[in-house]
Amino acid sequence: MAAFYTALLGSMIVSNSVLAGYKGLCSYLGISKKSSSAFGMGVALTFVCVLSGLISWGLGFALRAIGIYDFMSTIVFILVISSLVQLTELIIKKFFPSLYKTLGIYLPLITTNCVVLGLALQVGGMSDPASFLEVLGTVLGVPLGYFIVIMIFSCIQERLETSNTTYNFKGAAIGLITTAIMALAVYGFSGVI
Amino acid sequence: MENNNSSVTSTEQTKKVKKEHSKAFNVFTSGILKDNPVLVMLLGLCPVIPATTSIINALMMTIAVLFVLLFSNIIISSIKKIVPNEIRIPIYIVIIATLVTIVDLLLKAFAPDISESLGVFIPLITVNCIILGRGEAFASKNTIVHSILDALGMAIGFGIACVTIAFFRELLGTGGFTLVNPFNAEQKVAWLPLQKYAASVMVQGIGGFLTFGLVIGVFSLFLKTKVPSKNSDTALKNTFTTLHDIVECQKSERRVK
Repeated sequence: MAAFYTALLGSMIVSNSVLAGYKGLCSYLGISKKSSSAFGMGVALTFVCVLSGLISWGLGFALRAIGIYDFMSTIVFILVISSLVQLTELIIKKFFPSLYKTLGIYLPLITTNCVVLGLALQVGGMSDPASFLEVLGTVLGVPLGYFIVIMIFSCIQERLETSNTTYNFKGAAIGLITTAIMALAVYGFSGVI
Repeated sequence: MENNNSSVTSTEQTKKVKKEHSKAFNVFTSGILKDNPVLVMLLGLCPVIPATTSIINALMMTIAVLFVLLFSNIIISSIKKIVPNEIRIPIYIVIIATLVTIVDLLLKAFAPDISESLGVFIPLITVNCIILGRGEAFASKNTIVHSILDALGMAIGFGIACVTIAFFRELLGTGGFTLVNPFNAEQKVAWLPLQKYAASVMVQGIGGFLTFGLVIGVFSLFLKTKVPSKNSDTALKNTFTTLHDIVECQKSERRVK
């Protein structure tokens, strides 16, 4: 169980996917204008990440067994992700229409999110069958780390929108400078795990 | 009479040709400054921070993006009539992923050091919003020549943004510039006049975010445009900001009293 917690905390905080891994910055800046939309994006991304991560881990073994992992991994994983996103959209639309109203618009954005493909490539490269708990921790930790950071940042953005920033620095510029300060906080954890 | 007619058609033709040329020129230049993909449209930000630790990395990332963008635009533009509308996105993604795999393997074979320092961000070009966005918004509706010009303009815009950010990060982070031959890591030229004052935080992520934010702000100051915020009405928001400030001031004054 220790492997699970190490992988979970490590990928959630120490090597956070946004602040220490620099992934998913497009949606990080685009979605975080309101904390409600950040919450919706976080939930949808966690769901897709967990499923696609576990599927990619399994597919990694299959691809290595045939011997085509080196040149087919990116293509196979991106196809898995985009079809999974379509499937999730269909299932949620059919069985949970109220959930679809809140999460539906974020699902197509997840296909082109670096966090999901980065996680699939990372997990797909793990070739040890005994490392299931570690994989589970990583698969849960990466999207949760994204979730935490985007929630904090959206609350800061709501204050920044109404604050008196220099005209040309409004929006993305001051958002990225704020992100630098947040990255400084995460940098303090480096080397803990 | 006949002579007159032909002269009229020839002037019309020259006008048409001129119009075509100006359109092509606009397509090419809009990506460089006005619609710069990174600094104005805020697309494809993932590779910017890890690829701008040095100017060589920024240049190699630009070449990789240029290759993928150019060929994906050409292919998408040439198959636009035979792709069914419902499944166009998966088809585009597979085309882009194939091109990215080619670039990844080429870099691994010929420039292993660059491939190692850019790491997972080369396969992640697959989900770069610039490439899918240009394919979907431009190449699937325009001719092949215009798509090529658009790809070149966008890639040059991406390169200008990356090299600008990398210039400041490398200068402040290492105290100078180191030019390494990407195909042979042993050949390098180093010029490090400020090595004593190097702040290594600038070549890490923190300095990346900071420099990127400052460059976006200064670029919008230079172009006299506002950084687009994706879902807000500018005029309304400015009024709201002023009102909100006044209310906040009054509240804090009351609290002081």
